[in-house]
Amino acid sequence: MSAADRPLVRLTDAGRDFDVSRPWLNRVLEGAPRQLLRAVDGVSFDVARGETLALVGESGCGKSTVARLIVGLYPLTRGRVEFDGADLAAPGTDTPAFRRRMQMIFQDPYASLNPRWRVRDIVAEPIRVLGLAADRDAERERVAELLRQVGLAAEDGEKFPHEFSGGQRQRISIARALSGNPEFLVCDEPTSALDVSVQAQILNLMTDLQERLGLTYLFISHNLAVVSHIADRVGVMYLGRVVELAQAEQLFAAPRHPYTRMLMDAIPDLQMTGKARTPVAGEVPNPLAPPAGCAFHPRCPHADDRCRAERPTLVGPSGGAVACHAVQERRI
Amino acid sequence: MSATPLLEVKGLRVEFPTRRGTLVAVDDVSFAIAPGEVLGVVGESGAGKSLTGMAIIGLLEPPGRIAAGEIRLEGERIDNLPPERMRKIRGRRIGAIFQDPLTSLNPLYTVGDQLVETILTHLDVGKAEARVRALRLLAEVGIPAPEARIDHYPHQFSGGMRQRVVIALALCAEPRLIVADEPTTALDVSIQAQIITLLKRLARDHGTAVMLITHDMGVIAETADRVAVMYAGRIAELGPVREVIHEPRHPYTVGLMGSIPKIAGTTHHGRLAQIDGAMPRLNAIPPGCAFNPRCPKRFAPCTAERPEPLPVGNALAACWLYASERR
Repeated sequence: MSAADRPLVRLTDAGRDFDVSRPWLNRVLEGAPRQLLRAVDGVSFDVARGETLALVGESGCGKSTVARLIVGLYPLTRGRVEFDGADLAAPGTDTPAFRRRMQMIFQDPYASLNPRWRVRDIVAEPIRVLGLAADRDAERERVAELLRQVGLAAEDGEKFPHEFSGGQRQRISIARALSGNPEFLVCDEPTSALDVSVQAQILNLMTDLQERLGLTYLFISHNLAVVSHIADRVGVMYLGRVVELAQAEQLFAAPRHPYTRMLMDAIPDLQMTGKARTPVAGEVPNPLAPPAGCAFHPRCPHADDRCRAERPTLVGPSGGAVACHAVQERRI
Repeated sequence: MSATPLLEVKGLRVEFPTRRGTLVAVDDVSFAIAPGEVLGVVGESGAGKSLTGMAIIGLLEPPGRIAAGEIRLEGERIDNLPPERMRKIRGRRIGAIFQDPLTSLNPLYTVGDQLVETILTHLDVGKAEARVRALRLLAEVGIPAPEARIDHYPHQFSGGMRQRVVIALALCAEPRLIVADEPTTALDVSIQAQIITLLKRLARDHGTAVMLITHDMGVIAETADRVAVMYAGRIAELGPVREVIHEPRHPYTVGLMGSIPKIAGTTHHGRLAQIDGAMPRLNAIPPGCAFNPRCPKRFAPCTAERPEPLPVGNALAACWLYASERR
């Protein structure tokens, strides 16, 4: 496979467990067993160069954990992550020069900027660490260019984060992420803390930057409308697994997995003013005791004995894969 | 509207005195809610929507205070009552639901204790009768197996179930008005749908008036009969929900609607309509119309004088575009 059509990011059967056992003394005295939470289990997907892949799902479905596995904030428990063909567990990929190529934007623009640093230092930190600027003047120029690129003024570099609104802070986070000339941005709910008019500004900015710089995005969100706007392909997660992975148009026009359908029905739609909805019953089960078989079966109207016993796997081309026995048996 | 309003707010002004002058957080806000009606109040952070709700339930945090205007519940003025009398109205005639169900529930008491206590405080019934009512309320808000759940503590419930308990608490004394401030914001979308359906049903079945405060236009579209759009402490537009959403009149509402990503007919990878700039801070609200520096349709009077709410169709829009004789 040549470098050009090789996917930029590839996850193969990636998994991450968290140890949520009681403290050692309790385990010894009370005989409580070790307890593992499978936050992410058997997740595989590719992200092609220049595309936006979105992961959606409700709280606790593991979408943020996937983001952190890819950038290496959590080590993998199982499986592998490849970036541009190189296994991220292999030696030699842990160098700043390699890691520079992927950056992350976080949800909370209040928590992700150091309140004691001036904006110019926040944005310049990756440049200094990676030695990307020849001297102070080059660095200053680069920071000014980055700030202008995200719609701020070069003079804003002299201010502190508290002098900015939430939307402007998110612009600073984006400028910092771009300062190392990355190819791949992992965006974990980048607009969830913002008001809708500010969200529109940030989404437009992200679209412009992608066009101008040829960026590849992994976009994590719980908001399906935002995802439908920005994504090329969408992965729907439920209880640590991808249940459907499809082209955005296809997914939103004809969702196939019963959980995806349920999510679509649940979004308040501006068009259906006054229309009565049929709310979905039930809630996400406790991830410490996930149901046997398909994790969605207790809430699924199409579940049968096979669904309760056997876990479905994601089947189909990368443009429209679904993990559901009922869909695969053509029952729905 | 034919029915006499259950809640009437006229010229409400909420101020915060500070060392550097007085901040006006809610400025000349007027609206009414009829029995059984759901009024949505929508706006971005800092628009004054929550403060309006807090002023109505009498829970403004000092130094915030009502500086002008009046609030009437079933014709009776409630904005100038002593705290002790307001406390009796709150809970009995006005129920409140807040965003975070954990802060509304006492973690040290079972939900049954909290429901029974509230019922005994407000209604003239015995303990046994109160427990029967509590069970009925839990069933009504959709908690499965209430007999088994009533003696559980709040931490034993999930987020969606806790919010149902809070709604049950707000309903204890069969209030005439419910003020719900972002009741679904902390919840996942599938749970949000369940709570919205519940609120709607309660308003319809009990003839309770609901003031639903949220930043989410989708929730308003699904739940409210009428909607008030707030901007910088003022009502920009007020009208039937269908009209405001499909035919917004005020340029701010137009921008707000355009900036919401939509799934149906999405302009994929296109740009969202965006309102440049940000809402002014309370200490820097521009003269005239508060929206004028960001408004694409600004003309002479906008910077000179603040527009009154003017009738357009079945709605009111505080915008000079709709003044009968343009100056």
